[in-house]
Amino acid sequence: MSSTQQFPVLRLRQVAKHFGPVTALKCMDLQVERGRVHTLLGENGAGKSTLMKILAGVHPLSAGEMWLRGEPYSPATPQEAARRGLAIVFQELSLCNNLSVAENILATREPSRLGWISDAKLIAKAKALVDDLGLPINVHAKVGDLSMAQRQLVEIAKGLSHDADVVILDEPTSSLSDSEAEILFRIIGRLTERGKAVIYISHRMEEVMRLSDDITVIRDGEYVTTLKRDETTVAELISLMVGRSMESMFPPRLAEQQESATTPLFSVEGLTRPGEFSDISFDVGAGEILGFFGLIGSGRSEIMNALFGMRSAAGQIRLAGEIVKLSDATDAIKKGLGFVTENRKEQGLVLNQTVRANITMASLSTISAGGLLQSAKERRQASDEAKRLGVRTHSIETPVGTLSGGNQQKVVLAKWLATRPRVLMLDEPTRGVDVGAKFEIYRLIRQLAAEGTAIIMVSSELPEILGMADRIAIMAEGQLAAILPVAESTPERVMAHATGQHA
Amino acid sequence: MNMPTFSPANQQRLKSTLRQYGGIFLSLIALCVFFSLTNERFLSLANFMNILQQVAVIAVLAFGMTWVILLGDIDLSVGSMLAVAGMVGAQIIGLGWGFVPAVAITLLAGALMGLINGLLTAKLMLPAFIVTVATMSIYRGMVSLPTNGAPAMLTDPTWTAIGTGSVAGVPIIIWIVVGLFILNHLLLAHTTFGRRTYLTGGNREAAIYSGIKVDRLKISIFTISGLMAAVAGIMMSSRLYSAQTNAGMSYELDAIAAAVLGGTSLAGGVGTMVGTLIGALIIGALNNGMNMLSVPYFYQLIVKGLVILVAVWLDVRAKRQKG
Repeated sequence: MSSTQQFPVLRLRQVAKHFGPVTALKCMDLQVERGRVHTLLGENGAGKSTLMKILAGVHPLSAGEMWLRGEPYSPATPQEAARRGLAIVFQELSLCNNLSVAENILATREPSRLGWISDAKLIAKAKALVDDLGLPINVHAKVGDLSMAQRQLVEIAKGLSHDADVVILDEPTSSLSDSEAEILFRIIGRLTERGKAVIYISHRMEEVMRLSDDITVIRDGEYVTTLKRDETTVAELISLMVGRSMESMFPPRLAEQQESATTPLFSVEGLTRPGEFSDISFDVGAGEILGFFGLIGSGRSEIMNALFGMRSAAGQIRLAGEIVKLSDATDAIKKGLGFVTENRKEQGLVLNQTVRANITMASLSTISAGGLLQSAKERRQASDEAKRLGVRTHSIETPVGTLSGGNQQKVVLAKWLATRPRVLMLDEPTRGVDVGAKFEIYRLIRQLAAEGTAIIMVSSELPEILGMADRIAIMAEGQLAAILPVAESTPERVMAHATGQHA
Repeated sequence: MNMPTFSPANQQRLKSTLRQYGGIFLSLIALCVFFSLTNERFLSLANFMNILQQVAVIAVLAFGMTWVILLGDIDLSVGSMLAVAGMVGAQIIGLGWGFVPAVAITLLAGALMGLINGLLTAKLMLPAFIVTVATMSIYRGMVSLPTNGAPAMLTDPTWTAIGTGSVAGVPIIIWIVVGLFILNHLLLAHTTFGRRTYLTGGNREAAIYSGIKVDRLKISIFTISGLMAAVAGIMMSSRLYSAQTNAGMSYELDAIAAAVLGGTSLAGGVGTMVGTLIGALIIGALNNGMNMLSVPYFYQLIVKGLVILVAVWLDVRAKRQKG
């Protein structure tokens, strides 16, 4: 297998984890070496998170053995894991919004005497760390005032704030723009140069192929294989991961795009909200997928929110030729709009509620009569939608918070499909979703378009936009820089518009 | 309410019902067993009725409180609203307008006070805790306005019959509690209004994006809480033959305790009327059992606090293990 001139800094043998009768991890082997980036690849629910939590001392392992620097390793607490030299940056943000960047980075390890925190030392220490990592972040800033992407960078700085031999990064780029991701990749490069081992988890294949030295594939809680990056391909990795071969990431267009001579289904004219976006005009035909591309902060999500009646904006919105005024989401839904929001946990789902209640939450009027819920009808509607989307769940009565990210996203989609929208807006519909679920979501979007839904799909993943959209609207700094037919779009051209470099 | 059959969905519902009430129900049974062993008069239908009657006011307040807590808010003004309602009723009766108008105006007064709480929290976006601390004080002060602090006597025979009479051998006050329980339960478990409450309490932002008018919902729910407080005020004043200015003082705490004992999460989104009723019964059984044992009042307070702590702890622990 891998080189033997140097023993691996972290080694796992037949590690398993059971939660009661549920097996989360069956039989995991892993060898991680110094100075290399080792990527863990697997669908959501494959057991990566469980493995991370075992390594981080959150869960004890049920069986198997682990060695760190050749010594037996089985941390009882996250503190012990940190002391032994393992740093972990979790996917979920674990920051306190009301504290400063410095306070967050050094949380629980503030330089202090007798419990009295020395602010000067705290700032100095945090600043040294941030500068060392080359992060464009002010340590005095309150975390709550930062963008999601900047918070993610703070999270990374926090994870690296104590000296570690093994650094685990769990989907660190999921909320980063490309330029911010570059900063992260630089940091990773610097870590491996210093002889640290990096364990990397990501669903973005380009990123994986670019960063990794070694790639270990996990499927259904089991070790599948470890490959060298140079000896494999994206197609091979995907087929190993999902256990079947996948012809192409993006399903083919189902129906020929009808050239619309008639009025477009949905059109926007001169939409303006000072400070966020100005003079946005575009239209979407029935059955068309309009991609919305732009760097983070270019105003894409803000426009979607305005279109959905969540924020006021000047300008005109027409639905099937008729001018509509949308004062809130209730209005927008009534008129036939659906909005799959960017952040499913915050804006999409009620995590402690069942799959059923989440699916029907935007279409309560269709499952009730005179305010009374019709539970048989509700169950039928929920299970139909769940089935249509292939939500993998034990039952529709399961709390949605217990599902994997991909399945949660499908529930959000199901919620909006249940409203039978004429226009569906999707904001980053595949963020934090594994490849298998991604494919299913793409297929569904295609199918909806074929059925005549007008689709607006916001994404910061260029391949996704190029693979799915019929036309691409490109945002730059609150303005619509261009709308290109996909046939005339190349990654270079789109990026040039998005970064404002196109003359 | 519906009979469980053994489809997977129903099985799951049965399981989650057990998870929801298991701990709290056991606490109630343990209490009853303990008091039955120490006092042979405890376990009887008559005493059960007695407990229900004693806990009626708290239970009705707790029904209203459950709505508010489900939304992730709190209503500390219920005790004061109760007193205002009693006083309003007494004044209207005093004017000689008769029983039915008096009840109607009293209920309206309760709804209005709740509406004000709701408008202040929803429209001015003030925290419910602060708003209702303020209105708790304001409403409490307003009780004394008509009488300058003196209690108002109530002699209307229909009014006093509510607290003292019986129908079919069951005290009227129990009929009211049972009726309101069923009404609130149905409203919460089987209507879109109830569903919206759960969804909004569970994730307000997601609810807004799903087209739920959360402000309107919040205002309605504070109004319900005021309405329940008014009913409680009628029940209490009719039992005491008078409207007291200090009626219902600190009852908001017992109402919150009943809801929380019953598994209502202060974070919002989790809880049921069934749970709240059980919670109220626990408080009632405790008071009743300790009175029978002639435990001094100050010991009762200590024990009640400890029981609340232990019961909630058991419940939280059970849920955490399963979760």
